[in-house]
Amino acid sequence: MAEAPTAEPAAEPAAQPAPEPRRRPRLAVYKFSSCDGCQLQLLNLEDELLALADAVEIAYFLEARRQELPPPYDVGLVEGSISTPEEEERIQTVRRNCKFLVAIGACATSGGIQSLRNWANVEEFTRHVYARPQWIKSLETATPIAAHVFVDFELHGCPVNPRQLLELVSALLNHRRPNIPTHCLCIECKRRGLPCVLSAHGEPCLGPITQAGCGALCPAVGRACYGCFGPMEQPRIGALGERFAQAQQRPPAEIMRMIRSFNGYLEPFKQASDHYERQAAQQD
Amino acid sequence: MLRAVARRRQRAAASLPNRDAAMKGTTAMVVSHASPGAPRFLPRAALADLVTLLQDEGFTVVGPTVVDGVVMYRPIDSPDDLPHGVNDVQQRGTYRLAEGDPELTFEFASGPDSPKRFLFPPQQQLMQFRVQGEGFEVTAGPPDVPKIALLGVRPCDLAAIRVQDRVFGQDDPATFRCESEPWYEQAREQTLLVAVNCTSPGGNCFCVSWGTGPEAHEGFDLSLTELRDGFICRAGSPRGKELAAKLPLREPTRTELDLAELLMNRACEHMGRALDTASVKELLEQKREDSHWDEVAQRCLSCGNCTMVCPTCFCSTVTDVTDLSGEETTRVRSWESCFTHQFSYTVAGPGRDSLRSRYRHWLRHKLCTWQDQFGVSGCVGCGRCITWCPVGIDITQEVQALRNDSTSLPAPIAPACAFSSEGSPP
Ligand code: SF4
Ligand code: SF4
Ligand code: SF4
Repeated sequence: MAEAPTAEPAAEPAAQPAPEPRRRPRLAVYKFSSCDGCQLQLLNLEDELLALADAVEIAYFLEARRQELPPPYDVGLVEGSISTPEEEERIQTVRRNCKFLVAIGACATSGGIQSLRNWANVEEFTRHVYARPQWIKSLETATPIAAHVFVDFELHGCPVNPRQLLELVSALLNHRRPNIPTHCLCIECKRRGLPCVLSAHGEPCLGPITQAGCGALCPAVGRACYGCFGPMEQPRIGALGERFAQAQQRPPAEIMRMIRSFNGYLEPFKQASDHYERQAAQQD
Repeated sequence: MLRAVARRRQRAAASLPNRDAAMKGTTAMVVSHASPGAPRFLPRAALADLVTLLQDEGFTVVGPTVVDGVVMYRPIDSPDDLPHGVNDVQQRGTYRLAEGDPELTFEFASGPDSPKRFLFPPQQQLMQFRVQGEGFEVTAGPPDVPKIALLGVRPCDLAAIRVQDRVFGQDDPATFRCESEPWYEQAREQTLLVAVNCTSPGGNCFCVSWGTGPEAHEGFDLSLTELRDGFICRAGSPRGKELAAKLPLREPTRTELDLAELLMNRACEHMGRALDTASVKELLEQKREDSHWDEVAQRCLSCGNCTMVCPTCFCSTVTDVTDLSGEETTRVRSWESCFTHQFSYTVAGPGRDSLRSRYRHWLRHKLCTWQDQFGVSGCVGCGRCITWCPVGIDITQEVQALRNDSTSLPAPIAPACAFSSEGSPP
């Protein structure tokens, strides 16, 4: 990523050129509408944090340090969705300032939990929640970063997995493709040798349609995956939904709520949840 | 009921020539096992002696245990850790533990784990290396092969091991193997196998259709057939004979032998499912294009669970993980599935983009092209893929549907939905 400055020709051919001071790639970490959980995952990498600070220059990361180095940055990690007019403008600047822009976490990649308001009336919400709703300036919808600017990579998860975050940074630093699988969680779950909560307990596990990466945290404690890593490659939501409806007798409204959560605004979860919402309405 | 049993028997009999062809030559394997020795009797209380004996010989004993309502292989300290009085109910896409005979220890059928987990681990470091000038230096290899004794291996799984021997092991000169895999070979040599014959097959079992069970005839060190007071015990290898000599075995009575035989016959008649294996290879050769593949594609999730639990599936992916400096690299191999998008991904795009092509590939590989590749069927009839498929897709039923020319298909349980993104870019 970072081009090393060309070495000065040595005075004498036999002499070793003095080692050039390494220019470390500059990292920026941004927050938009979010809970800070994904940024914390970076700080949770306790054992690797020193190595990370050595490998990159942390140029802008308000959650971790006050000092701000001026742009441009080599890598920008963006947490959060675009929810306010101010954010809508700021993301354009962020894009211009970063060579490589990565959206991290469900908010940045799908709109996150706050995008549930996209199905509701924001004004009504603000009236109920805030003492002075007139002070609230927010957009009609909360949307992912990719809805506004070009994003080079998206890292799923609510929050992102620290190992995947490290893998992503390592891959960027070493100019290789990150090993971030796009298959479903079941493969990770089975590799770990966990008892399947869907087949063995009739739990409504979203593992078969959810992207792997969390390490099968929920099935490991005996509960169903609730899809916080978002849709896998080519998810078969309808086929799994049929299973929930027929074998587990779950009504469409429940299936709708399961799919419309952390990543509900991301296709194809969005269309699927709309589909079950219509089904639920028909049943009423 | 009786007629159904008779039919199943007929089917099993009809499959014999094919199954013999499919399983032929599977005896000469990495570890040669002598034909099983004379049956002896191991009193129930002496099961503890067996476990202790194995531990004294330095083995970590791994056996079936109940983990969150599922029978899974885990290290055990004593027979107390085994699932006494536990049975299971297995149907398409469901598994439930049930109360079993309190006096029996091995009444349940296969859980999701198979010996594959230990001989071909799901995630394994192959090596570590460090960049050095223009080249690299290997700093570590794979982890040492653990010394494991697997207790309670089912006959179908022994057959599955013989199938994987052809994939990873050094077979006879007319070799079918993919590539020699030293770790596998060492694990095979070292791992001790105590088989348990199936007296109470599961709802999705169909080993009889392939002739791989319910009784083990080869490929084990010791085999046990559970009776109420103890086990009929046979040694199947020199190592097994040595162990047997140290156990408090006695001559079995005529009644005990008859009972064991009766139990085996009864198990044959109580297979949960049956697969018409006769000419299944030819069938799948003919059915390369069939509307039934489209129909399955409506139900299949492409989740890969079937391939993860299948004791013969051997696909893996290898990833190099660098550290932040880019100097240290770890090469890891993990189980992979032909149902993932990346599996067949090349610079020209995915080789099998549609679900139709993935399910078809899987079924045809298991039952048809596996035979071309390894001279043996890729299915041993353990039924795991039926139990652990989240939507209950049943290999025996799909073959039957193809055979019936797709006329008497089960109604699709999952109609096509506009939002299924099949075929769209990831
Ligand atoms: S518990 Fe969930 S994620 Fe794990 S295998 Fe079952 S369905 Fe898949
Ligand atoms: S294909 Fe299914 S039944 Fe056959 S061996 Fe594999 S998991 Fe068992
Ligand atoms: S057959 Fe079942 S287990 Fe296999 S990929 Fe399809 S849905 Fe998953």
